[in-house]
Amino acid sequence: MPNIRIPTPLRAFTSNESQVQVGGATVGEALSNLTVRYPELRQHLYDGETLRSFVNVYLGDEDVRFLDGLETNLEESDSLRIIPSIAGGAG
Amino acid sequence: MKPVVSDLGNLSNDEIRRYGRHLIMPEFGMEAQRRLKASSVLIVGTGGLGSPLALYLAAAGVGRLGLVDYDVVDESNLQRQIIHGQSTVGVSKTESAERRLKDLNPFLEIIRYDVPLTSDNALEIIAPYDLVIDGTDNFPTRYLVNDACVKLGKPNVYGSILRFEGQLSVFYAQEGPCYRCMFPEPPPPGLVPNCAEAGVLGVLPGTIGTMQATEAVKLLTGIGDPMIGRMLLYDALEMSFTTIKVRKNPRCPVCGIPADQVELIDYEEFCGVPAHDHAPAEAASAVEETFDADAPVPQITALALKARLDQGESPVIIDVRNPPELEIAALENTVLIPKPQIMIAVDEVLSGRKPIEATVIGQIPRDREVLFLCRSGVRSTDVIYALRDLGYNPASLVNVEGGILAWAREVDVTMPMY
Repeated sequence: MPNIRIPTPLRAFTSNESQVQVGGATVGEALSNLTVRYPELRQHLYDGETLRSFVNVYLGDEDVRFLDGLETNLEESDSLRIIPSIAGGAG
Repeated sequence: MKPVVSDLGNLSNDEIRRYGRHLIMPEFGMEAQRRLKASSVLIVGTGGLGSPLALYLAAAGVGRLGLVDYDVVDESNLQRQIIHGQSTVGVSKTESAERRLKDLNPFLEIIRYDVPLTSDNALEIIAPYDLVIDGTDNFPTRYLVNDACVKLGKPNVYGSILRFEGQLSVFYAQEGPCYRCMFPEPPPPGLVPNCAEAGVLGVLPGTIGTMQATEAVKLLTGIGDPMIGRMLLYDALEMSFTTIKVRKNPRCPVCGIPADQVELIDYEEFCGVPAHDHAPAEAASAVEETFDADAPVPQITALALKARLDQGESPVIIDVRNPPELEIAALENTVLIPKPQIMIAVDEVLSGRKPIEATVIGQIPRDREVLFLCRSGVRSTDVIYALRDLGYNPASLVNVEGGILAWAREVDVTMPMY
């Protein structure tokens, strides 16, 4: 099953799991299945049916927005990555 | 790529001896060293990231370093901010850094800016420099640094850290994408904690800051392939490095328009959070009640709280810190609701997704006084302002002034401080 890497800020909603395996033939299906398993995640990833603008989802080294978005096909061995926006540095 | 610095500085014989290990590399040589000598770098933030990168850039022979930081050195900084030391606790960070850097390289020129970077002063401060390094700790300042760099055509060496993870990139709108192409909007307030709340492995800013210094040297001298259009993701626990592509967004609201039309905005409003942790957040305006949401937050000192407890009172005290912090020091009979949970719940309630009773806020009584406690009083103040937006009476939400640190200083001196 495709693997999704969960960034630190969102692990509060995945029982602290850093990687989650979910079924899905497309990026949209996999993310949707992820939010079925962890319903609290949904509001942080989606605004209605579309991904929120601060949520970057990568397949390999490419932003899925530059592939086919949520329609992008997934292979069983693919790894998705949610890239967080983080700001720490000085403090 | 062609070097950001076109001038060549002159090196004295003492400097040539100092930089010998650079000069003997054919890829570097006298030319690159002379470019460094002629170069100027503005470092925004002299903390976790700023410490190692300022040290390495100074050692490498950058001619002029500008340091922006309004903070003073605190003992709790020394876990990671290695430019400072025990002897400069209480000293301004830029002065502390200047002392160390001058000791490391007396040929270096240092310019200090002991002020917060704001929309009013950013262009003036950044303009005289060849390159900017973003080592700040908050979203408003990151968007400000980006937009100002796009407007002025400066490369921005970006590094960011949280807990065990780091990110590195070079945002240079003339050659590739900017920060807003990757992150057009900030995440909602409260979703992404800062290092003061979530913690950071002390070595992590060393790793990321040192790589920022590497990118700065490459850009200034024109050697190698800079991280333009790419972002490095580092996970210290896995010791994994992953590089992803960052595409330029042709519709980017900042680098997609002519640079002279870029306008600096109110970034605290844009991000919904304050740009620094020294002043409480301004209260938002969406209050339905007649309460004055802008009223000052009522405070109780640690000593006054102790007196009330000694008299047998049992006020509701909500500790908004994260669970590991309670293992270090805690008061008895408090209710733990971490700030991130409260902020998420406030967002859920304000957006109509959940009723108050279905969230953690349901535990916070409305009909009586409630005291809020954190480490130093900043997070608890943020929580109080957020709850005012839900119609809580401002007079009944009281901040324990100075947090548990004040308790440790004034009431229980055996309690550890962190």
